[in-house]
Amino acid sequence: MVDTKVTLSGIVLDNPVIPASGTFGYGKEFAALYDINCLGTFSFKGTTREARFGNPTPRIAECNAGMINAVGLQNPGVEAVIARELPVMKEFFHKPVMANVSGFSVEDYAYTCALLDKEEQVGWLEVNISCPNVHNGGMSFGVDPRAAAEVTAAVKAVTTKPVYMKLSPNVTDIVSIARACEEAGADGISLINTLLGMRIDLRTKKPVIANKMGGFSGSAILPVALRMVYQVYEAVQIPVIGMGGVSSAEDVIEMMLAGATAVEVGAANLVNPYACRDIIADLPRVMEQYRINNLTEIIGGAHHG
Amino acid sequence: MKQGIYTIGHNRPLTADVWEMTLLGDTTPITAPGQFINIKLEGLFLRRPISVCDWDGEKLTIIYKVVGRGTAQMSRMAPGEKLDVLAGLGNGFDVQKCGEHTLVIGGGVGVPPLYGLAKALLAAGKKVTAVLGFNTAGEIFYENEFKALGVDTVVTTVDGSYGVKGFVTHGLPERYDYYCACGPLPMLKAVYNAAPTSGLLSFEERMGCGFGACMGCSCETKYGNKRICVDGPVLEKEEIIW
Ligand SMILES: Cc1cc2nc3c(=O)[nH]c(=O)nc-3n(C[C@H](O)[C@H](O)[C@H](O)COP(=O)(O)OP(=O)(O)OC[C@H]3O[C@@H](n4cnc5c(N)ncnc54)[C@H](O)[C@@H]3O)c2cc1C
Ligand SMILES: Cc1cc2nc3c(=O)[nH]c(=O)nc-3n(C[C@H](O)[C@H](O)[C@H](O)COP(=O)(O)O)c2cc1C
Ligand code: FES
Repeated sequence: MVDTKVTLSGIVLDNPVIPASGTFGYGKEFAALYDINCLGTFSFKGTTREARFGNPTPRIAECNAGMINAVGLQNPGVEAVIARELPVMKEFFHKPVMANVSGFSVEDYAYTCALLDKEEQVGWLEVNISCPNVHNGGMSFGVDPRAAAEVTAAVKAVTTKPVYMKLSPNVTDIVSIARACEEAGADGISLINTLLGMRIDLRTKKPVIANKMGGFSGSAILPVALRMVYQVYEAVQIPVIGMGGVSSAEDVIEMMLAGATAVEVGAANLVNPYACRDIIADLPRVMEQYRINNLTEIIGGAHHG
Repeated sequence: MKQGIYTIGHNRPLTADVWEMTLLGDTTPITAPGQFINIKLEGLFLRRPISVCDWDGEKLTIIYKVVGRGTAQMSRMAPGEKLDVLAGLGNGFDVQKCGEHTLVIGGGVGVPPLYGLAKALLAAGKKVTAVLGFNTAGEIFYENEFKALGVDTVVTTVDGSYGVKGFVTHGLPERYDYYCACGPLPMLKAVYNAAPTSGLLSFEERMGCGFGACMGCSCETKYGNKRICVDGPVLEKEEIIW
């Protein structure tokens, strides 16, 4: 019997597979298809202080081996998530869930995290700092080590739950951002969010996405994600959750060898709603194929020796 | 919604670029006309959403227009080949809401879902009139199929090469008490403005998943935010915000 268990800041996961924020809603649509308690956990849709409709449509464009989304953090706001979504989720998901949080000011992040901190169902906070900082000319918090550290410290001050800072790959030096988050008290690093991209429709000769640009994700970004996970693993002592282009048990193992303690799966869920269930079912076979008995033992394996 | 592997029964051209395909497999996920399926194609990342035109116990029929890579690939597939499909997506048309004399109004590849709807309306004992709009005579399909159901069918062409010259709004009959429309956005808007009765309109949007997970297809309505893929594609006239 192979051992797929991993531990994320003191909480044991049955396996490292976690649907990524924004590709799994609040779990409902998937719970109607399979028992989602087979998951390690899942990260629910990015939650903000106020309700957001998000960007105009079209919000989706196809790419070779991937997709662009410009959803723009559509969510009902943290109060409605707590009042309406979490109680419903409790009915079908019986494990600690990962709460993904976004904001447009340091205060926003602290406000939202403070409310989610009180929710027993929430095991971890995953703080997405790819959003534009309205007090800083709209530049993302995640591209500036100081802003990233400021958000980290503000969130840590209002919660006792483990805080995973989710980094944007749209930077020249991912390591400096990860280090700044660690020094500010982060319990872990989540990466990568989507890569800024665009498509142009040859028929209209205009961008496909109404917002012109959006976040590129899916299989095509795996090598970029893997490289960043590898670099960040070397630079920090705290655990790393790896994601970006993962769609198979082999990809999960590759991410773990690069340094990920757990692995999120995003766009793959949209194409194959059973993607995470299938990956989990396939893990033991792939582990046996590569003579891996215990997944925890392979974390960062590509760095040693 | 259910995922399944379907076998292509036939795949034949109806016009120069519109094809009809039957898919053999489990049709139990389909519960209403106007629902759609989402088709995985080899080498393409996102699935392609296509309306269900008709279905019975063993097969479903779709009609698609070749507009890009995915639909071109579909047109090259042969009977016996398999497709991975998510079936039974969306709300579809609610036959109960429709009137005793319902008008079904379709434009171009908006026509297909109205065929299944017309059948369902007739089965529910309602009178159906169809107004089918095309650009030109060469693009017309399914006129005879609607007529074979016993439906009064008006065809309009923009260039006047067949039937009534003009848009579907030029072919609307005097009397009806409800309508169901599917077609390009400008057509839906024109119908919304021209038809005095209540109705149901079916919308398109670019989709990431087709089953409610990604918020890619959201729209604002008077009844709140909706996802075209699960809360639509069919919306009530009264809730629409243009
Ligand atoms: C609910 C619904 C029902 C539909 N029913 C039908 C039907 O019955 N018959 C039919 O011919 N067409 C229908 N369409 C449109 C059909 O989905 C597109 O024509 C098709 O996806 C084009 O794919 P492609 O690869 O050939 O084009 P490409 O332009 O190469 O596609 C690129 C991407 O854009 C998306 N896309 C392109 N055009 C559209 C569009 N109009 N709507 C949504 N996504 C689009 C594709 O899905 C793909 O992700 C429907 C769309 C929706 C949303
Ligand atoms: C449709 C969509 C919506 C997303 N929404 C969010 C979000 O709300 N918060 C967030 O932190 N990341 C969001 N992401 C990013 C994913 O969680 C993930 O980091 C990224 O897509 C890379 O993984 P993938 O290649 O497996 O998709 C979204 C991604 C997609 C495709
Ligand atoms: S397409 Fe994903 S929610 Fe509608």
